[in-house]
Amino acid sequence: MAVNARDAGAERAPTPLHAHASRVLDAERVRLDFPILARTVHGRPLTYLDSGASAQMPRAVLQAVEDYEMRSHANVHRGVHLLSQEATAAYEGARDRVRRFLHARSAREIIFVRGTTEAINLVAQSYARPRVGPGDEILITGLEHHANIVPWQLVREQTGCSLVVAPINRRGEVALEEIVERLTPRTRLLAVAHVSNALGTVLPVEEIVAAARKRGVPVLIDGAQAVQHRAVDVRALDCDFYAFSGHKLYAPTGIGVLYGREELLAQMPPWQGGGDMILSVSFERTTYNELPWKFEAGTPNMSGAVGLAAAIDYVEGLGFEAIAAHEDQLLEHATAELTRIPGLTIIGTAARKSAVLSFTLEGIHAHDLGTILDSEGVAVRTGHHCAMPVMEYFGVPATARASFACYNTHEDVNRLVAALEKAREVFR
Amino acid sequence: MELKDLYRDVILDHNRHPRNFGRLEEANARAEGHNPLCGDRLTLSVRLDGDRIADIRFEGRGCAISTASASLMSEAVKGKDRASVRRLFERVHALLTRADATAGADLGKLAALSGVREFPARVKCASLCWHTLNAALDSGAATVTTEVPDEVASGRSQQLAGEP
Repeated sequence: MAVNARDAGAERAPTPLHAHASRVLDAERVRLDFPILARTVHGRPLTYLDSGASAQMPRAVLQAVEDYEMRSHANVHRGVHLLSQEATAAYEGARDRVRRFLHARSAREIIFVRGTTEAINLVAQSYARPRVGPGDEILITGLEHHANIVPWQLVREQTGCSLVVAPINRRGEVALEEIVERLTPRTRLLAVAHVSNALGTVLPVEEIVAAARKRGVPVLIDGAQAVQHRAVDVRALDCDFYAFSGHKLYAPTGIGVLYGREELLAQMPPWQGGGDMILSVSFERTTYNELPWKFEAGTPNMSGAVGLAAAIDYVEGLGFEAIAAHEDQLLEHATAELTRIPGLTIIGTAARKSAVLSFTLEGIHAHDLGTILDSEGVAVRTGHHCAMPVMEYFGVPATARASFACYNTHEDVNRLVAALEKAREVFR
Repeated sequence: MELKDLYRDVILDHNRHPRNFGRLEEANARAEGHNPLCGDRLTLSVRLDGDRIADIRFEGRGCAISTASASLMSEAVKGKDRASVRRLFERVHALLTRADATAGADLGKLAALSGVREFPARVKCASLCWHTLNAALDSGAATVTTEVPDEVASGRSQQLAGEP
């Protein structure tokens, strides 16, 4: 589907390549939308099971980016000439597309950033840092990605506040009570993952946010591993901040989103200074721009935003119910198959899981597994998954992680299983 | 790229039965190596008799390549002086990174590592123990220490991260 850049943000029905009217996802047909999946690696068909690290882009996204770059590119918010107007319309249209995706009240609440990491750092520096001091607490959980740990450690160094961690259990869950009992009168912010990147655990964010708001504690949700799998409604969730990355949602790298409740964003000072975030500048005094541009210093990533809007069109065209049903089936299939492999241990067995399987295989280090699987064309992530505290808790230096996306098939699961058998052969 | 070139029998054997594994109580030089990519840690303890490695042990958890490489290294360097160890390290490093390097007889069983260079992501696994040994020998050169300060270890990690 060719998305005209000028229309990228317009209200319109998504028009995917094929009609997914039945709302049952035909993964074999979905695969055809992703050109990269046709390639081979080491002479074998690519079995891409690393979408949790970065998802591939459908043709619709690639086309939208190309159309923007080839037709409408110019700097935004600056020129009176036609291209600048088109670029501005595409960029702001993409913002409104994100607003509708998240069900935010206003496009003023949608800040474009480089990714989840930058979004969390923005909140850490602009929201938390000016508000906390010694004795104050920032609460996180034991299964956070480093991107939702380190920014708070920086704030701790800068302000002398404390970082409190709600522990995980052996299934890789964080019990609601563990969070609730750590919400104290000194808790200034709760920052929590929606879905764990290392284990796939889905956290009960609805209950978590409700408990925090009852105590007047604002909540940031790291949605990097959630938005590609489930519909997110920030108004229903009632969270204060929600962060995600484009490239895990079938969009390009270098574009991400921070949703922030407008009343909080309005009180926050700018994070970075530069062009586009100002109304007027003299050497004595600068007046900052309005939301959301106050937080977008410098020329933004317009083509990335256009690509993100197209990716949102794409996933909503497939339908989140269909995506979730399909990925749940893959997870069930893969879990059953992997459980049968002698010596294989699945790390993370939460009751509610996203389509992520982290595992170890006895006698074979994850790094060796990764190499052997790769030689069979199977791409998985191996290592600590930027969640070293999680690895520490389970007493493993590393795991292999297969993460599934809308374009994966049961054949991919079979290839993973066959490659794991091959690894056992090599190390027999 | 052939898997059997990487996981040769010698490698698999040294992974399964690592030689000189453990901790040397009477060591007079130690160093810790860390591969930040996979989180592997390796601790070397060395007993230096003057300029010569009288004994060496290693401990830690790692992949087959890093375990086998450390095991092979421990056998190869025992009894050698610093200059010989450095020469050997240069030979091994070339073997791991350069397509034109050949495994001569002087390398002995270390030649089994020649398949690693076809797997660029795994070169660090094989070289970790050698960098760690260098650090242990360097620390032994100035003053004989039993522990290496953290910054030395993390500096080495960064050095490793920059390798091809």
